[in-house]
Amino acid sequence: MHWGIAPHRIGAMILRYWYLLLSSWPRLLELVYWPALQIITWGFLQNYISQNAGFFAQAGGTLIGAVILWDILFRGQLGFSISFLEEMWARNLGNLMMSPLKPIEFLIALMVMSLIRLAIGVIPMTLLAMIFFDFNLLGFGLPLIAFFCNLIFTSWSLGIFVSGLVLRNGLGAESIVWTLMFGVMPLACIYYPVSVLPHWLQYVAWALPPTYVFEGMRALLMDHVFRADLMISALLINVVLFIASFAIFLALLKSARRHGSLIQSGE
Amino acid sequence: MISNDAASSGLPTTGPAGSSAIEVAHLVKLYKTTRAVDDVSFRIARGSITGLLGGNGAGKTTTIAMIMGLVLPTSGRIQVLGCSMPDQSADVLGRMNFESPYVDMPMRLTVRQNLTIFGRLYAVANLRERIEKLAADLDLGEFLDRANGKLSSGQKTRVALAKALINQPELLLLDEPTASLDPDTADWIRQHLETYRKTHGATILLASHNMLEVERLCDRVIIMKRGRIEDDGSPDNIMARYNRATLEEVFLDVARGRVQAGTS
Repeated sequence: MHWGIAPHRIGAMILRYWYLLLSSWPRLLELVYWPALQIITWGFLQNYISQNAGFFAQAGGTLIGAVILWDILFRGQLGFSISFLEEMWARNLGNLMMSPLKPIEFLIALMVMSLIRLAIGVIPMTLLAMIFFDFNLLGFGLPLIAFFCNLIFTSWSLGIFVSGLVLRNGLGAESIVWTLMFGVMPLACIYYPVSVLPHWLQYVAWALPPTYVFEGMRALLMDHVFRADLMISALLINVVLFIASFAIFLALLKSARRHGSLIQSGE
Repeated sequence: MISNDAASSGLPTTGPAGSSAIEVAHLVKLYKTTRAVDDVSFRIARGSITGLLGGNGAGKTTTIAMIMGLVLPTSGRIQVLGCSMPDQSADVLGRMNFESPYVDMPMRLTVRQNLTIFGRLYAVANLRERIEKLAADLDLGEFLDRANGKLSSGQKTRVALAKALINQPELLLLDEPTASLDPDTADWIRQHLETYRKTHGATILLASHNMLEVERLCDRVIIMKRGRIEDDGSPDNIMARYNRATLEEVFLDVARGRVQAGTS
């Protein structure tokens, strides 16, 4: 395999998805609609319980903070995977795989698109949280960069993995794209500390990078401490996850070629 | 297998290794227990137009897909423009292109946007001029800024051909290039392919069910049946061998196992 990466091919793919976004207002609306709905629902819930429970009054913002960070994780993966699915829905994968586009360039373009789609969804969400619920995400300061990087790396790893599954198994595996992240949700301890889990399950939770991020967020909001150790651990696991997911993607691509799936990219 | 007169046909079908655009040796593709392609070998000379004929399930599309690198062979060897496939695909994919009914261009994008994206993927120089040239050659001007999904099937085929020609490929692989086209448009496409081959010295390999098209366009015909090469030669030689006036009659004979070449 040749590893030389051509920016013009990555740019061509980003342009392809950009044209697609601009050609379809429902696609753009969908990017903003769900995150906005999420923040409004959870924001009001946070307001209600903080008025009625001393603990939450003290830990103001943990719920809204968790909702926004969860959305970065979830929307990051969806943004990646939906761009990939667009090729399957359009039956365009054969054209791409037969072109000089390399798998790594394709994946980089999908990563950039996940950032663009995420920005379109999360920026209005963050503004809503600031205006209506007095929660300023940027108030996290520099730790926000560490949170964001770790979450986006995890979302890309999962995005690469599920895209490989769809590539190999066709659109019959599409539901995994939408549901895989929800399997991570209870284990990543988004809304509660890891200590709540049964002892044996805590080992599983600590194998997931988002767990470190949400623990780190709670430490920052409640104890006003930035846990750099947690962020470094998350980053190390993310590196392993990312390499593993890329290797699995290549193996699934090879398997798709072996089974002729690329010329029958339907169900 | 009835006959293989590639070497004796007098066509530019064989030659020293390396002078061919495509060399396929003992190609086998197994899907579980089905032998989709069964020990297929051929060479295709540079600058020729070769037709791959056969009924449904004959192995034409699988053979072309393996040449393109979209499907991995179970065994055998493929060389395209001097490069081993799929190992050296990165060196050769930019010099070839294809059109197939098994893939579409993105429907929501306009024709111009689609051609721009593929032009960039293939690093086409002076892309704007190239798109204008293709639009003029293939009569796309009227709908260049219309979404691909809103075109008729004939217009879509012309757009797919424009995409296949965007990088001025040395090797063009076409799967049913005139399927679903009216006779006038189909004839027009054939003329364009012939002109392209002459002006660019390109090699064209096409799979088709349209016997008239093959008779008119191809220097050489490879007939496949149940994954194997059933016959191979120029259209005239094959028709003479089967004592038939048209390739369609030959095709029916082969498909129904009615005659042996040279025995009728």
